[in-house]
Amino acid sequence: MRHTLSVMVENRHGVLARVAGMFARRGYNIDSLTVGVTEDPTISRMTIVVRGDDEVLEQVTKQLNKLIDVIRVSDLKAEDTVEREMALFKVSSDVNNRSEIMQIVDIFRARIIDVAPKSMIVEVTGDETKIEAIEQLLRPFGIKEMVRTGKVALRRGAKGVSS
Amino acid sequence: MTGSTERMTGARALIECLYREGVDTIFGYPGGVLLPIYDELYSSNIRHILVRHEQAAAHAAEGYARATGKTGVCLATSGPGATNLVTGIANAYMDSIPMVALTGQVPSSMIGNDAFQEANITGITMPITKHNYLVQDVKELPRIIKEAFHIASTGRPGPVLVDLPKDITTDMVDFYYPDKVELRGYNPTYQGNLQQIKKAAAEIERSAKPVIYAGGGVISANAAAELKELAEKIQAPVTTTLTGMGGFPGNHPLFLGMPGMHGTKYANYAIQESDLLIAVGVRFDDRVTGKLKSFASNAKIIHIDIDPAEISKNVKVDIPIVGDAKWILSHLLKYTGKSQSEKWLEKIEGWKKQYPLHYMEPAGDEIKPQYIVEQINAVCPDAIIVTEVGQHQMWAAQYFKYTEPRTFISSGGLGTMGYGFPAAIGAKVARPDKVVIDVSGDGSFQMNSQEMATIVQNNIPVIIAIFNNGFLGMVRQWQEIFYGKRYSSTCIRDSVDFVKLAEAYGALGIRATKRDEVRPAIEKAIASGRPTLIDFIVECEENVSPMVPAGAAINEILDLERKE
Ligand SMILES: Cc1ncc(C[n+]2csc(CCOP(=O)(O)OP(=O)(O)O)c2C)c(N)n1
Ligand SMILES: [Mg+2]
Repeated sequence: MRHTLSVMVENRHGVLARVAGMFARRGYNIDSLTVGVTEDPTISRMTIVVRGDDEVLEQVTKQLNKLIDVIRVSDLKAEDTVEREMALFKVSSDVNNRSEIMQIVDIFRARIIDVAPKSMIVEVTGDETKIEAIEQLLRPFGIKEMVRTGKVALRRGAKGVSS
Repeated sequence: MTGSTERMTGARALIECLYREGVDTIFGYPGGVLLPIYDELYSSNIRHILVRHEQAAAHAAEGYARATGKTGVCLATSGPGATNLVTGIANAYMDSIPMVALTGQVPSSMIGNDAFQEANITGITMPITKHNYLVQDVKELPRIIKEAFHIASTGRPGPVLVDLPKDITTDMVDFYYPDKVELRGYNPTYQGNLQQIKKAAAEIERSAKPVIYAGGGVISANAAAELKELAEKIQAPVTTTLTGMGGFPGNHPLFLGMPGMHGTKYANYAIQESDLLIAVGVRFDDRVTGKLKSFASNAKIIHIDIDPAEISKNVKVDIPIVGDAKWILSHLLKYTGKSQSEKWLEKIEGWKKQYPLHYMEPAGDEIKPQYIVEQINAVCPDAIIVTEVGQHQMWAAQYFKYTEPRTFISSGGLGTMGYGFPAAIGAKVARPDKVVIDVSGDGSFQMNSQEMATIVQNNIPVIIAIFNNGFLGMVRQWQEIFYGKRYSSTCIRDSVDFVKLAEAYGALGIRATKRDEVRPAIEKAIASGRPTLIDFIVECEENVSPMVPAGAAINEILDLERKE
């Protein structure tokens, strides 16, 4: 089971190391972790995707809450959450297949953000399934490099994680 | 003075902060980056005890904290000074003892450059502190010190480290000490949920075989009186863990002694057969539970603890109650009546008679280690007993009847050899009115024996009772039982003449080799009022009994008595 945790932390020196260290020490598996500023400059939001059953999730949540710099932990349920991830793919391409790649990019509402004689870089934003789908389609052309940001997520509607 | 401000250096501000926190004693060791702080200490009213190794400073701070309930403070220089504290900090973390560790650090501008005596001590201690700080601006220093003491001493207590770059201690600041802390990520729960407490009360009244399993949390919450009242009201027997010793009177008819690996048979049998286990301030450590699957498998479990992360960590709990043990027990007392335990208590009495703690009397006049503990108990029943780690530690837990909290101080979670002597120094400094005895092993003592210089120089009359069996006895015991007596690297016979060692430091040294010399040696040590070491030459292959082999269920407990 995968869970998406939204973790509000003090925007302070060392907080990422504390969170990452706790996961490593207790042997919990992180699929992805993103961190960035929020509407309040003293608070950062970490979006952490963890793998584990409900008991593991409960322990992870409690251990996170034990960290002094962690202000709030919320388990985001897929039904009431919007989530996005961005990926960049550097794809081998030349004049012969460029238009074919551009078609795929169009269908996925992705973008081409760099073109070179032998490659181009595709930017795509979406949920995990979308990113995995476009990756499948780009692979035959040859993916030279790729990078994914990891998931960011917010709860839908007026009720937030911070409230 | 709060409100008005005065301009001063960071070092001076640090001392001001420590005054405000009520710190009267620091255990420490100086070094280059600490010069500004030591210069301030020179003219302050805070007592500084100069140890001979920083590890001892951390353990002494912990001993001080355990003997008093106050937060212990230690101080070490950057690099090796700071890393020498690590074992002591880890020990305090495992046993949840309030401590503030102050470390010097290289100047801010040099951090990260592998400067001389630089160690990333906040990084190193992240997993063994409740929280830690690197001070980056002298203006933050008072707030950070305030927070450090607050965090260390509230909720589930623990060590907090504050790393102080040298320039921070010389920078000037308009001193202002905050009245309160604002930590939005830290809000320990003190009041238990009343619904849960009522549920627990109902279970207690229904229970025919209740057992109370109490630990160090009872001591840190100062809840021993409530625990006793509860046990008597509901008529439930009480077992206390190693760190919970003294949390319930050892001479009380409802007392079961210690559970687990070297617990009493009757404590283990009682847990295994109970229908309701009332766990208070414990963490279901593997040395207590043995094989988890069969631990208290017939019992519903109530777990009272201040740390929500302890609930159902190792053992699934039926009624968790998160909060302060004192608060919860005093409320539970209001809601619960008696349990149905008459027959159960009879059964337990039977077990106590059938399976008492016992050891073979010696054939001649050799000294049995258990006998020393009994004699210490007889001579000074209200002493503070501090221990090292090994067989002697278990005998000290089994054979002394602790009647008050904070009279038994031992390294539980980490099991640190070398802990006891410096912890005893901390305890004696905190409680000069008490006889403080370090029940020690010949191996453990040698891990921090340099502290003899500390007690002599400062005239801290700690008594060190070495149970000299010529072995790393606890390891030897396992080798005897599980490795066919192949005593690989555990014989340490004739390491040193401990009496001469004591004398070389200027302490009193006493040797006892015969049974009838035991009591006079103890009496002489106490009467001398001096730092004293007693070298008790004991039976060398005595085993700690009974014993649950690692990984077995706790009722599979063996007698290891040596048949002569
Ligand atoms: C720092 C440290 N190193 C190693 C151990 C492993 N250990 C546990 S008990 C023990 C033997 C202790 O010997 P001694 O102090 O003589 O006590 P005895 O068991 O003989 O009473 C050892 C080596 C430990 N607990 N702590
Ligand atoms: Mg020994």
